[in-house]
Amino acid sequence: MEKLLEILTSLHPDVDFSEAEDLVDDGILDSLDIVTLVTEIDSEFDVTIPAEEIVPENFNSAAALWALIERLDEE
Amino acid sequence: MLFTSYGFIAFLCLLFVAYYFVPKRWQWGLLLAASYIFYAFAGWQCLIFIAVTTVSAYAVARLMARMAGRESDYLAAHRDSMDKEARKAYKAKAKKRRFGVLLCGLVLNFGILAVLKYTAFAVFNLNSALTAFGAEPLGIPDLLLPMGISFYIFQTMGYLIDVYRGKTQAEENFFRLALFVSFFPQLVQGPISRHGDLAAQLYAPHAFDARGFTYGLQRILWGYFKKLVIADRVLVAMQTMLDTPDGYRGVYVILLILLYSVQIYADFTGGIDITVGVAQCLGIRLAENFDHPFSSRSTKEYWRRWHITMGSWFTDYVFYPLSVTRPMMKLSKWSRRVLGNTVGKRIPVYLATIVTWFLTGLWHGAGWNFIVWGLLNCAVILVSQELEPLYARFRVKFPRLTASSPYGGFMAVRTFLLMGLFRSLDCYRDVGLTFRLWGSMLTVWNWGELGSGMMSLGLTLADWIILAGGVLTVAVVSRLTMRMDIRERLYDRPVLSWVLCGGLLLAILLFGAYGVGYDASQFIYNQF
Amino acid sequence: MKKRILITVCALLVLALVLGLCQAVLMPKYRENPEGALIGEYYAEAGEHDVLFVGDCEVYESIIPAVLWEEYGISSYVRGSGQQLVWHSYYLLREMLEKETPKAVVFNVLALKYGEPQSEAFNRMTLDGMQWSSSKVQAIRASMTEDEQFLDYVFPLLRFHSRITELKGEDFRYAFSEPPAVSHSGYLMQTGVAPMSAELADIEGARLSDYTLPKTAMDYLERMRLLCEEKGAELILMKAPTNSWAYWWYEEWEEQIVSYAEQNGLRYYNFIPLCGEIGIDWSRDTYDGGVHLNVYGAEKLTSYFGEILQSEHGIADRRADTELSERWQGRVERYHTDKENREGEK
Repeated sequence: MEKLLEILTSLHPDVDFSEAEDLVDDGILDSLDIVTLVTEIDSEFDVTIPAEEIVPENFNSAAALWALIERLDEE
Repeated sequence: MLFTSYGFIAFLCLLFVAYYFVPKRWQWGLLLAASYIFYAFAGWQCLIFIAVTTVSAYAVARLMARMAGRESDYLAAHRDSMDKEARKAYKAKAKKRRFGVLLCGLVLNFGILAVLKYTAFAVFNLNSALTAFGAEPLGIPDLLLPMGISFYIFQTMGYLIDVYRGKTQAEENFFRLALFVSFFPQLVQGPISRHGDLAAQLYAPHAFDARGFTYGLQRILWGYFKKLVIADRVLVAMQTMLDTPDGYRGVYVILLILLYSVQIYADFTGGIDITVGVAQCLGIRLAENFDHPFSSRSTKEYWRRWHITMGSWFTDYVFYPLSVTRPMMKLSKWSRRVLGNTVGKRIPVYLATIVTWFLTGLWHGAGWNFIVWGLLNCAVILVSQELEPLYARFRVKFPRLTASSPYGGFMAVRTFLLMGLFRSLDCYRDVGLTFRLWGSMLTVWNWGELGSGMMSLGLTLADWIILAGGVLTVAVVSRLTMRMDIRERLYDRPVLSWVLCGGLLLAILLFGAYGVGYDASQFIYNQF
Repeated sequence: MKKRILITVCALLVLALVLGLCQAVLMPKYRENPEGALIGEYYAEAGEHDVLFVGDCEVYESIIPAVLWEEYGISSYVRGSGQQLVWHSYYLLREMLEKETPKAVVFNVLALKYGEPQSEAFNRMTLDGMQWSSSKVQAIRASMTEDEQFLDYVFPLLRFHSRITELKGEDFRYAFSEPPAVSHSGYLMQTGVAPMSAELADIEGARLSDYTLPKTAMDYLERMRLLCEEKGAELILMKAPTNSWAYWWYEEWEEQIVSYAEQNGLRYYNFIPLCGEIGIDWSRDTYDGGVHLNVYGAEKLTSYFGEILQSEHGIADRRADTELSERWQGRVERYHTDKENREGEK
């Protein structure tokens, strides 16, 4: 989770990712950010997020994203 | 059947009456029949193509659903005998099989689209190569392009991918799927709906709801206002300039850019207003395709607000899948290792962005001008992405300035002009010519003749005044809708509502550029 | 809910009223192009004629009912309009024969050369003036060009809305009142003189690839004949004396008309070869170089034709009918005043 927050902050230094809840719906994360995130996560956690999991619900908050990573790691 | 024909209005009236008089379980059947009647007006050959798409999509989706069902049955039956790894391997193999089926559906349908829409373009380019080598050029085929084919194929392929991804249920009833593919209000120009959003609404029974119906009619009226009073009038002046583009350089290029921005906005958003309004009259909510696009402060924002359903289609079904493919991930790791983190991590994103915009350009039309247009948009988006840290520092340094509304206005005007500039590529339809004319904005200084020039474009002073009034009306209303739901407010003030709507109808009837009479030259009498 | 419905009904009524007002203002009043006003002027005089003339400009510029009355006591009306096609004439005639029973109907044959709708503008000038009847509906259906829509005739606002930017005082003045008549019982007076030069007179019409008069046109002529037969009126065919290269009357057409007239026992008068006998002087009896007659030429032709109508076709002298006589006297006077005024203007 720490590592994930670090990645997120490197994308948008001015956003407090531990609090924010509507990252996609508010337009903070756009498609370019999301793809960057996916590649970072892939190299950092060795978890590949498939295209069908790229939906706002999974990227709207750091917590949701973390949950997704854990779930994918489980499977 | 054009939206702006008497026939379409009569068709709507009949449909609305029938829709609320038939038993509710027949409503969707009625819509299907209406959609096919509507489509048949575009030519019976079109029906064949839409039927092929429907049948193939039905079969592919059903097959994928059956396979997925068998997979989970198998997994359930062997729950105890398989370990985690075996399950994972089985799932991966099954997914691959389903992907094969999906691919058949995609290849067939996109193949049809590609052949019909792009053969002439491909042959044209091949000919340039052939003649360069001294060979005989081939004849350019003239293929039928069924109305709305780009829209319904995209919508239907989105459905197939959603079924594959398990995001939506495969439709069991063939005719219901046929309605999803052919729902007539969106056949002409979208929006491109998602099965999960639209399908259930299409088949549900709809009781007559006076409020929704009123809103729908108001939206339709507003769409006609934009189309008839503004768009079709501007078209006259644009046509004059585009007939001999080399005769209209310098300031006229700026004029054309402005006029085309107005024209395409009024025509496209007006058309979508009619589409969404018609659906609303039927009790169906369609996805919005525009969200005040000309208020955007950046290209990226513009593309979140303009032609939204197309943009999100490309993002969800091209950009994301492309960015997360295995080769892309490998490329990402490789480029980071070789080129370092800063450059390396950009490579896959950039590649996916460029491919997506190339395809977006191509989707808009078979021509280099559309491809160049797509890539220019892409370039601006990527450059401003790179400059973002710079902007951020600027914002931190001048917080009062950058938060002020004049600065916001400046950003919006800048974006509007830039998008207009790029858009003129699809007016001139020739990349070289467009670049030459863009250059003339700087080299040809003919601002002085603008006033008299505007009167010679086929529009009289009265036309320009009506146009200005129309644009002002749209601007004010659009501004208001950012802050409130106008129809909501009007609903409880029926008298005011009628005054406004009646005024709007009157304005359309009197000032609309429609009918035989609009061509004034037609009505010059000779003495007989 | 009740209130809402009430408001809706009221709003629709107000809207209809406003649209009606707009339409009345927007309809062309045809002051500068009076041809468009001709058809509508008939209704004021309907019901008292022994002879009805139908056709295109070759009737409304050639035959003067006021002169026919003054010289022969023949009560007549000219129902013609610019480029009036055969089916226009047929339906106009059908409409008139519902209102009155004349002794004779005279049809000018030039329009038989057209078998297709020609021009939207001339359609409107002929059809907009008609009052609504089944004849009008069928006339519209028969006449529409490809781009036209029936609805545009039902709600002319849809057709003429673009005039909103070119409205003049007359559009408001005559929106709800009859404008003064432009014609004299359907005759449109032209007092100008533009001689037919020798060069012009020498030019003949260009050769055609096919001289057969269109079947559609001949069919309507046949329908006109049957209609007259049914109503007990004699159908007479005429060809005005004008024969300019622009509207040439071909020998081949002449033969077809002559044979049609013979087959059906109709009288046909071609005035082209009779110009000398009538006394038409092409240096002063035309206002446009020989395409149309002016008032002086028309007076000569009318005198000549009136004699024929009376002696050959037994059209009665109605001057003994005092009531009718009174009305005609007014028209004759108006005719002369108008002519004098126009001559004075020059």
